Amino acid sequence: MKSSRIWAWVTFVLGAAYFFLPLIGTVEFSLRMRRGEYSLDAYRVVLGDPRFQETFLYSTVVAVFTILIGVVLVVPTAYWIRLRLPRIRPVVEFITLLPLIIPAIVIVFGYIRMYGSSSPLPFLATNRGADVLLMIGYATLALPYMYRAVDTGLRTIDVRTLTEAAQVHGAGWTTIIARIILPNVLIAVLSGAFLTFAIVIGEFTIASLLNRPAFGPYLQNIGANRAYEPAALAVIAFAITWGCMSVIQVLSRFAPKSANNPN
Amino acid sequence: MSETFLSIQGVRKAFGATTVVKDFNLDVARGEFVSFLGPSGCGKTTMLRMVAGFEEPTAGRILIGGRDVTNLKPNQRNIGMVFQAYALFPNLTVAQNIGFGLKVAGAAKSEIDQRVKEMLAIIKLEEYGARYPYQLSGGQQQRVALARALAPRPKLLLLDEPLSALDAKVRLSLREEIRSIQKKLDITTIFVTHDQEEALSMSDRIVVMYDGRAEQAGTPFEIYNQPATRFVANFVGTLNVLDATVVDPAAGTVRVNDNDIPLKTGMLNGARAGDVLSLALRPEAIALGARQGNDSRLSGEIADVHFLGSVIRVRVGLGKGMVSLDTFNNSATPPPRVGDKAQISFSSGDVLVLR
Repeated sequence: MKSSRIWAWVTFVLGAAYFFLPLIGTVEFSLRMRRGEYSLDAYRVVLGDPRFQETFLYSTVVAVFTILIGVVLVVPTAYWIRLRLPRIRPVVEFITLLPLIIPAIVIVFGYIRMYGSSSPLPFLATNRGADVLLMIGYATLALPYMYRAVDTGLRTIDVRTLTEAAQVHGAGWTTIIARIILPNVLIAVLSGAFLTFAIVIGEFTIASLLNRPAFGPYLQNIGANRAYEPAALAVIAFAITWGCMSVIQVLSRFAPKSANNPN
Repeated sequence: MSETFLSIQGVRKAFGATTVVKDFNLDVARGEFVSFLGPSGCGKTTMLRMVAGFEEPTAGRILIGGRDVTNLKPNQRNIGMVFQAYALFPNLTVAQNIGFGLKVAGAAKSEIDQRVKEMLAIIKLEEYGARYPYQLSGGQQQRVALARALAPRPKLLLLDEPLSALDAKVRLSLREEIRSIQKKLDITTIFVTHDQEEALSMSDRIVVMYDGRAEQAGTPFEIYNQPATRFVANFVGTLNVLDATVVDPAAGTVRVNDNDIPLKTGMLNGARAGDVLSLALRPEAIALGARQGNDSRLSGEIADVHFLGSVIRVRVGLGKGMVSLDTFNNSATPPPRVGDKAQISFSSGDVLVLR
C-alpha cells in the first residue's frame, strides 16, 4: 500500500474517532440511568415528559413556518439577483452572512426594544405576535444556509435562458418561479429547509429571551437539572438531525429529473 | 413581395454609450424565412431579442401583423423561439415541454394532448413523449425545442443559432428538417446564424449584419453573387482579392501583374487612371488554364494543393498576390503539383470591384 494511502486512512480513522467517541460516550452514559445495568429509562422519561412533546411540537410548527418564510423570501430574491441584478450579488451575500457575525442575543435584544408592547409594531404584546417574531428571527438566523443552498441550486441551471423560454411561451413571473425555477432547485431548497429545521429545533437564545415554549429552552432546562436525561436528549436531537439529512436524500429521488440529477 | 408581416422600422439599441444596433429597417413577408447573418458582436442576436421582447429598442418600432409590439412583454407577443442552448425545462417530460405554451394559455387537456401528439409526429419523436430532456441527444432536444415553440401556433418563429451546439452531421440534417417544417407550416421565421452555409441554404432572404447595421439584404443568390459592400463580399463565401491599377476608366481597363484586364461597363465609374482598386473573384469563377468564355488571363505558379474530395482547391501565386480556385476532382486527371507553372483564366463579368 502506498504511504499516501496509509496516511489517508490514518487521517480518516482519527477524524472518525474524534467524531464518534464522544457520541458513543454520550449514548453509553444515557443508558446508565438504572444502577448496575444498561436501560432505556432515560429515553422513557424524556419521551414520556409532556413538556418534551409540547416543546418539540411547538418547535416543529415554528420550523415549518420558518421554512415557508425562508422559501418565499429567498427563492425569488436569489432568482432575481441571478437574473437581473448579478452586480449586487456580493452585497446580498454579505447581508445574508450577517446573522453568522451578529450574535443571536444582539438580534433578540434589538427585537425586544423595537417590537415591545409600546412600539408601533407591538409583536411582543401578544403570544401570537411573539411567535411570529420568533419565526422571523429564526428565518434571519437560517438565512446564510437557505440563501447559499438556493443560490447553489440556481447555479446548476441556466436561469436566464429557462426564464426567457418560459416567457416567450406565455408564462408570467408566478408561473416561471412556481413551475420552472422552484422545481429545478427543489433539492437545494430542501437542503436549506432541513438545515433551517435543525437550527430551529436546537435554538435557545431567541426562544428563551422571547419567553416561548420551544424545544431549545427545554433542552437547556433539562440539562441544568438532570443527569442522564440530557444525554438521552442529545442523542435524540442527533437522531433528528441525521433523520433530516436522510429525508433530504430520500426526497431527492423524487425531485425533478435533470442532467444534474439523473437518478 | 407579398404582404408584410414583420416590420422593423428604424430600430436602434444602445447599452450605455455603446450602440449595438443602428437604424435597422426590415420588412418580412408572411411565411418568409429570413436569416440574420454576421460575425459575433454584429448585433444580430440583440435585434432578434428585440423582436422577441427581451430587449427594448432605444429608438424605432417593431410591428407584427400590423400591430405595434415595441413595448409589449415577451409573453404578450405570441411568438415561438428556439434557443441555442435548447432551453428545455429539465423538470418536464418531452410531452410536457411541448405542451407548456398551451397549458400556460389555459388550453383544455384534450387539446394539449392532441397538439403534442401532432408535434411529436412532425419532429418524428412519437415514442419519446415520456422521456426527460437529459435522456435525449442534442439533436433530439433541439427538435423538441422546435416542437415546443410551434405547438401554440405562434405567428412568428425566432431561431437563435439553434444549430450551433450540434455536431456537423446532425446540424446538416436538422437544418433541412427545420426548413421543411417551416415551409409546411408556412410560418414567418427569423433565423440568426453566423454560419454562412446555413444562411445560404435555408433562407428566402439574408440580412448580412456588421457593426450593428444591415449591410445588405437580399436573396442568397444576390448576397453571394452581387455583394453590395466589401464586408459582405469578404464575409460570405471565400474571396480572392487582387490589387489592380486603373488604366483606362472609360474603357474599363485595369492592370493586374502587368496584364490588362477588361471589366464590365460602368464598374470603374468615378475612378481615375492610376487609382489603385481591389478586385474580387470567387474561387469557382477562376479556371486553371483556359476556359471557354473566360476573357482574362494571368500567369503564376502552383503554391498549394488541397484535396477536399469532390473538389480540389488550388492556390496559385501571382507574383504580387495569391488566388484560390476550385476544380472538380477527376479520377482520370491527377491534381497539379506544387511548383508547376500555371495560367488562370476568368470572365471579366465575374470580377467585383470592392470599394
